Amino acid sequence: MKLSRRGFLGGVGAAAAGLVLGIHRASGRAVEVPADGELAPNAFVRIGSDGVATIVCARSEMGQGVRSSLHVLVADELGADLAKVQLVQGDGDPRYGNQDTDGSSSVRGDAFTMLRTLGATAREMLVAAAAHRWGVPAAKLVARDSAVHDERRKRSLAFGELVAEAAKLPVPKHVELRPFGELPHAGKDLPVRDAPDQVTGRATYAADVRLPGMLTAVVARPPALLGKAARFDAARARAIPGVRDVVELPAPSAPIQMQALGGVAVVADHTWAALRGRHALAVTWDGGPNAGYDSAAYREQLLVAVRAPGEVVRKVGDAEAALARAARRVEAEYVVPHLAHATMEPPAALARVDGDRCEVWACTQDPQGMQDEIGKALGIDKSHVTVHVTLLGGGFGRKSFPDFAVEAALLAKRAGVPVRVQWTREDDLQHSSYHTHSAQALVAGLDADGNVIAWRHRIAYPSISATFSADATRPSTGELSQGVLDMPLAVPDISVQTGAAAAHARIGWLRSVCNIQQAFAQQSFIAELAHATGRDPRDMLLRVLGPARALTAADQGVAKLPNYGLPLTTYPYDVGRLHHVIERVTDAAGWGTGGRALGLAAHRSFATYVAVVAQVGKGRRGEPRVEEAWIAADAGTVINPERVRSQLEGAFVFAASNTLHGAITYEGGAVVQRNFRDYRLLRMPEAPRAIHVELVASTAPPGGVGEPGVPPVAPAIANAWFALTGTRVRTLPFIT
Amino acid sequence: MTISIKVNGREHTLGEIDPEMPLLWVLRDLLGLTGTKFGCGEALCGACTVHLDGMAVRSCVTPVERARGREVTTIEGLSADGDHPLQKAWVELGVPQCGYCQAGQIMTAAALLAANPSPSDDDIARSMAGNLCRCGTYVRIRAAIKRAAKGTP
Repeated sequence: MKLSRRGFLGGVGAAAAGLVLGIHRASGRAVEVPADGELAPNAFVRIGSDGVATIVCARSEMGQGVRSSLHVLVADELGADLAKVQLVQGDGDPRYGNQDTDGSSSVRGDAFTMLRTLGATAREMLVAAAAHRWGVPAAKLVARDSAVHDERRKRSLAFGELVAEAAKLPVPKHVELRPFGELPHAGKDLPVRDAPDQVTGRATYAADVRLPGMLTAVVARPPALLGKAARFDAARARAIPGVRDVVELPAPSAPIQMQALGGVAVVADHTWAALRGRHALAVTWDGGPNAGYDSAAYREQLLVAVRAPGEVVRKVGDAEAALARAARRVEAEYVVPHLAHATMEPPAALARVDGDRCEVWACTQDPQGMQDEIGKALGIDKSHVTVHVTLLGGGFGRKSFPDFAVEAALLAKRAGVPVRVQWTREDDLQHSSYHTHSAQALVAGLDADGNVIAWRHRIAYPSISATFSADATRPSTGELSQGVLDMPLAVPDISVQTGAAAAHARIGWLRSVCNIQQAFAQQSFIAELAHATGRDPRDMLLRVLGPARALTAADQGVAKLPNYGLPLTTYPYDVGRLHHVIERVTDAAGWGTGGRALGLAAHRSFATYVAVVAQVGKGRRGEPRVEEAWIAADAGTVINPERVRSQLEGAFVFAASNTLHGAITYEGGAVVQRNFRDYRLLRMPEAPRAIHVELVASTAPPGGVGEPGVPPVAPAIANAWFALTGTRVRTLPFIT
Repeated sequence: MTISIKVNGREHTLGEIDPEMPLLWVLRDLLGLTGTKFGCGEALCGACTVHLDGMAVRSCVTPVERARGREVTTIEGLSADGDHPLQKAWVELGVPQCGYCQAGQIMTAAALLAANPSPSDDDIARSMAGNLCRCGTYVRIRAAIKRAAKGTP
């Protein structure tokens, strides 16, 4: 593949603007001055005279495998021996382009080409240096095993012998990428890079970083969003041995955006003293504007909203007229509660402030966003904020918010020594950035033969936009594009409408985001239509999805298809690929062979197609048990199939926890759930005994991986439970 | 109050310490042994699992005075070179995703295998029920325990 820089930039959509900067900078115009004898053609790759290539991982590792995968793509293009590659975790730095590790975006889209270009650029410079040394055309030479080889003349020069000369050459504007299939490691199973450290306790998470003289803080935060401390007993807290200070943090203003949540901090010699001090504070709170939030009452409001006509966001034909003439109507309402990420590692950050500079170690998905917010909170330039990204003990979208590190920075500034802020499990569950609370009403019109002739889908939930803008009261186009605007429907008359829903909690991103509720409602409803018409659910699903085709905005009846920021030219919504994973997964599960309660669902998100079959049974008390699961996924080109399979296995369990147990509820503006006793996650005895994953071999551009395994799980379980019991669960979770 | 505890074979004397302080915070904040993780503080997730005289305990609810005069083993002390059969199996099968819970998982599994060298699936599920993994690695954890059990003489 031949790429010109111009063509490269020209193909980048606005959504990837951050990335453009990275590529631009990667062209060599804004790199650090390399040390003598080093080749550093871009911010990501540095090769020393010892031949060791240092490659930066600029994305956050939270279990999805970026640190086991991304640098391999760079190294393969470079022609490096993996034993001579050193991985460095990138600090927050705009030179790396977009570092926000969300949207399953570390590989898909432009990132895939960018990573390869980084390695190829260095490789071409080394090859050019060797060509010059030998006086032969560069085209005759190959880079492999950290050396440049002239195979015809049987001679080689190690990278280390070439870096000084290569560093004097101009950074090439055009680089040739190797065919993906010829890369030596990418595309094959790769080891989990951090596993040896993780199984011995050596791996460093944010709370593990130690600095001399550091203190530890915990914070009592307002139970209701935007509440304030009315009074507290600082003296009693200070009387606890080891407590050094009690600090009231600044109250945020509405909308909350990326601000810290306010409250009262107790700073102490160690965590135990801080916890005891916080307990002693006995804070009385002013509830603030959200103190009346009651999620049970709110659910009724959401249902009212979806029982009335809303704002039309997708329209094909005339759904009302078609419903009026339908021989039969099928109707159903679906409710999904707030969910919390419940990362096993509660948020933590260590900060030190020195004059107008701040240095932070944090488990963040978005180190540059963290630089921005700490800069704002401390009143210093964000370029003076250094954010070191540790390993993340889970992220799932929670750690896209920088609040916990802002707290640490504010407290470190006041303390004059480094301060670590440690969130507890209660803090995490009660002050998270929650998955929204939704209601959806679906109505289908059937003709006398059971064909679906009309489809009306009404949706109401507080938008993530409300976290950033007080007047946002309806789902955004981006949220609706997660499986609604882009839902393939071979139905002649379609209407999708949104209802108003104001937010009273901090709404954020949770692994696969609005695909969760939107796939749950639609994929459940299609199975309901199968039952209503006496059809096999798989046949009904294929029938409703319609023929293999590439979706267009016009056919879908929408103004545009945001498509996760990806161009429809290179990343079409290809219904045939969705059919294919449905066929593969049902074949693998033995669909139609009888004797077991199976449920099927399929969904495309983040440009990856996933179909799931769940087999359920009953536990001792008659509760649902997921016994076994089958997953077929088409993620396009895959760098590290082993980590993709692990993500899909994990996504199933993550989503099954949400489906069976997950619910954050509010009373009086405060979250009711406190710990894993009342926010339950699947435990090993409840987890499926086997999860079978099949990856479709594909040469299509890579899709996302971290999230797409989640959306089909809830409807697959609900459909299987219906097959087992005849009971249709439309309100999650199953078990309350 | 002064308390002496033995961790991974080394004696530590803790001066002026609250005897109620959970062993977890002693290990992490006072002794710098950060391999043992904080997850819930209420013995609900198992991330903080260590051995007390060979028994798996949740260090987040174990007052340090209960460890007085007893042998504490943490993930750092499970093996000399990360070569416990469980650690090897964990790496070979690519069990960790985020990895945060895995030290606790391994410590619970090590206590299980010490007591029951060839556990059934049910034995494993029962013993591991107290260890949560939000990444959802349970299928691989079970497989790794079985692999390590086979390798245990």
